[in-house]
Amino acid sequence: MEALIYNFFNLEILLKVHPLLLKGLWMTLQLCLLVVPLGIAGGLMVAVAYSFHVRWLNWLLIAYVDFFRSFPPLVLLILVFYGLPFIGVEVPSLVAVLIAFLLNTASYYGEIFRAGIESIGRGQREAARSTGLTGLQTMVYVVLPQAVRNVLPDLISNTLEVIKFTALASVVALPELLRMGRVAQGLTYNPTPLIAVALVYLALLWPIVRLLSRLERRTMAKR
Amino acid sequence: MNRIAENFFDLEVMAKYLPSIIDGVWVTIHLAVLIVLSGLALGFVLAVVRAFQIRPVNWLIVLVVDVFRALPPIVIMIVFYFALPFVGISMSGFVVAWLSLTLVLASFAEEIFWTGILSVDRGQWEAARSTGLGFLQTLRDVVLPQAVRLTIPPLTNRTIVITKSTAIASVVAVQEILTQASAAQAFSANTTPLTMAAIAYLVIFFPLVVLSRWVESRFGWKR
Repeated sequence: MEALIYNFFNLEILLKVHPLLLKGLWMTLQLCLLVVPLGIAGGLMVAVAYSFHVRWLNWLLIAYVDFFRSFPPLVLLILVFYGLPFIGVEVPSLVAVLIAFLLNTASYYGEIFRAGIESIGRGQREAARSTGLTGLQTMVYVVLPQAVRNVLPDLISNTLEVIKFTALASVVALPELLRMGRVAQGLTYNPTPLIAVALVYLALLWPIVRLLSRLERRTMAKR
Repeated sequence: MNRIAENFFDLEVMAKYLPSIIDGVWVTIHLAVLIVLSGLALGFVLAVVRAFQIRPVNWLIVLVVDVFRALPPIVIMIVFYFALPFVGISMSGFVVAWLSLTLVLASFAEEIFWTGILSVDRGQWEAARSTGLGFLQTLRDVVLPQAVRLTIPPLTNRTIVITKSTAIASVVAVQEILTQASAAQAFSANTTPLTMAAIAYLVIFFPLVVLSRWVESRFGWKR
């Protein structure tokens, strides 16, 4: 018991390294605030482009989506991070992380938005167009609000996954929460910082997990 | 263009490191198959146990399931691999990767199975019970067959996402595809091995992603 407290819940160590962890947390939050909106924007673009039903374009989009759904995000991240310098493109690690995550998350969000848009009947679009709305207005004011509501649980679930992905950036030395936890562990030779990192992720993400369970149950009950 | 060919598709490097990448492929497949078997089985058992509605047991299941859905897999692996040895629990990288992802998959699977069980109308339970079927018989012969069908599309997607996470096992020194490729990249000072890793993942997972599309249209709910 004593060993457990000393190694996992060592307040003295925590006090010493908490500035590091806070810095990491701030980086993780910034990363989320960049990756999530970028991914949603990319996904929306994919889905809206798909909704025009141009055959060759749709083949291309499905190929893109399935291609990136087949890659583990970590592999994509490492390929972009170590690959770009080899072709003479030097980018800061944050940018490499953003590129890799954008490619990955946009394809997942795209697939979800696509399902949402397809769940709205053609008649609604035709009705909206016939009242004089343009194609874009129809999409923005009529189709998307309903589409988003229909796939809200999936959207939240994917956002949870994206936030969890950001921990992968620690592998390419981006100083986010997990990275800082590992640095702190190395400095103190005590795994308390790692436990603290896990607890911070739990505090951040547990509410989302709970919300998701409730939403999923509600959609299931409605069917 | 030449630069890309040289750094990403160097045939000599490819020939040299192909055997080690193939070794990695077997480790990845081995790990993935074990995770799918144990994760789905454990998730199913947990959902069935939850159906008995024993309060303290259900709280415990919900707690564990929530924790493993909220934490990023890489954080779980790092805690298991780098923190647990401090309290006397040492596991090899392979066991850590297997155990972590099994718990993650089991948690998501439990939640999906449970939602499936809940989606079967209460009236069916009551009707089955009133014909003289026992609780277990009702669960096995009436509820589960309907519930499981419903869970196939989300389970397929989730299983693919989690088996892709085996790439994270590279962080805990498992000799899977990404580890082999990173080592080869360091030796050869060339990105080609990473390209090979990417192709290997594509070969393994692209058919699964395409399959998941088919499963979705075959078993999915028509909205």
